[in-house]
Amino acid sequence: MKRFYLMLGVLTLALGAMLVYLLKNNPSAPRAANEAPAAVVDDGFRGYTLGSDSAPVEVTEYGDFECPACAGFAVIQMPTIKEQLITTGKLRWRYRDYPLPMHPYSRLAAHTAQCAGEQGGGKFWEMHDQLFMNHSWAQTGKNPTGLFRDFARAIGLDLARYDACMESGRYAARIEFSKQEGEQRLVNGTPTFFINGTLYTEKNNSDAFKAAINSAAAARRR
Amino acid sequence: MRTRQAIALLALVGFFVALYLWLHQIGVGGELKCGTGGCETVQASRWSQQFGIPVAFYGVVGYAAILAVALVSLQPAWLERRGPTLLIAALATGGVLFSAWLTYLELFVIHAICRWCVTSAVIIAAIWIVALYALRTTHHAPPVRTPAPRTGP
Repeated sequence: MKRFYLMLGVLTLALGAMLVYLLKNNPSAPRAANEAPAAVVDDGFRGYTLGSDSAPVEVTEYGDFECPACAGFAVIQMPTIKEQLITTGKLRWRYRDYPLPMHPYSRLAAHTAQCAGEQGGGKFWEMHDQLFMNHSWAQTGKNPTGLFRDFARAIGLDLARYDACMESGRYAARIEFSKQEGEQRLVNGTPTFFINGTLYTEKNNSDAFKAAINSAAAARRR
Repeated sequence: MRTRQAIALLALVGFFVALYLWLHQIGVGGELKCGTGGCETVQASRWSQQFGIPVAFYGVVGYAAILAVALVSLQPAWLERRGPTLLIAALATGGVLFSAWLTYLELFVIHAICRWCVTSAVIIAAIWIVALYALRTTHHAPPVRTPAPRTGP
């Protein structure tokens, strides 16, 4: 019996030490990917698009992946907009990053999407959907680096390339450029939309969008 | 006795696994160590909470209860009694069913596997098997017979 209690004590100490190690040995989010860069360079990139290049109407969305309203829009309204307007060739959607300063991981999320996008094959939009559809990460305040890597794995990214991209902060300057572009266009919150370059101020629901897009298409025909 | 000792050791390991997952869920530490990936996806899913309580906390309480019962049952006054083994088997049955449901969610709903959750599922299944084995091999302590008083001439 004594041997059992000795074994129990040793096991408790070993497991306790392992727990402390696991909790303390905690990598932080890659700084280069999660912070605004010192210098901003225009690389000519103007956002990933969804829909036909010849669509008569273009919506530009300035969004923040950590913003609940953006997630709500992406989850509730976007499927209808995709089905009724984008896949029918009436509309092209352009996504621009506008990470808000009060969100600790929005730049990291934007960078995750850019690193997915560089692997081609519509991976930006797949990551966009992962980030918005599984939005509970934005409510916990916990470092989502590992979760984003899980998303990368789930959508079939080359993880070695993804890791290198995130570690180097390759697209931090591009994201900051997009943010500054938004500021110049007087974006002051997210999501903010422009329809063929004009600020959209109506309701953020698919019916209102449909009406505005039909009217923009009619205006273009005239 | 050996089976109860085995159950106590298994419950101790399970307790620490559940404790790690629970501490992560309430924001202590940070990223989960998960070589195979999927842990964060499972932990961030809406299934990681039931009735507003992190699922891992149910594990912490369950393993702590099994450990406590197993340790009490090793005391001399309880060694020959079948009750503690029955209680452990009942707790482990609940744990196995709960783990089976969570594993189903991981495989078919969340489409991600968390190796810590799988470890916990294996531990509770092992406790269940050992408890069932103990139930089959232990019997009620025989009643103490006192000799009848002699009467007659």
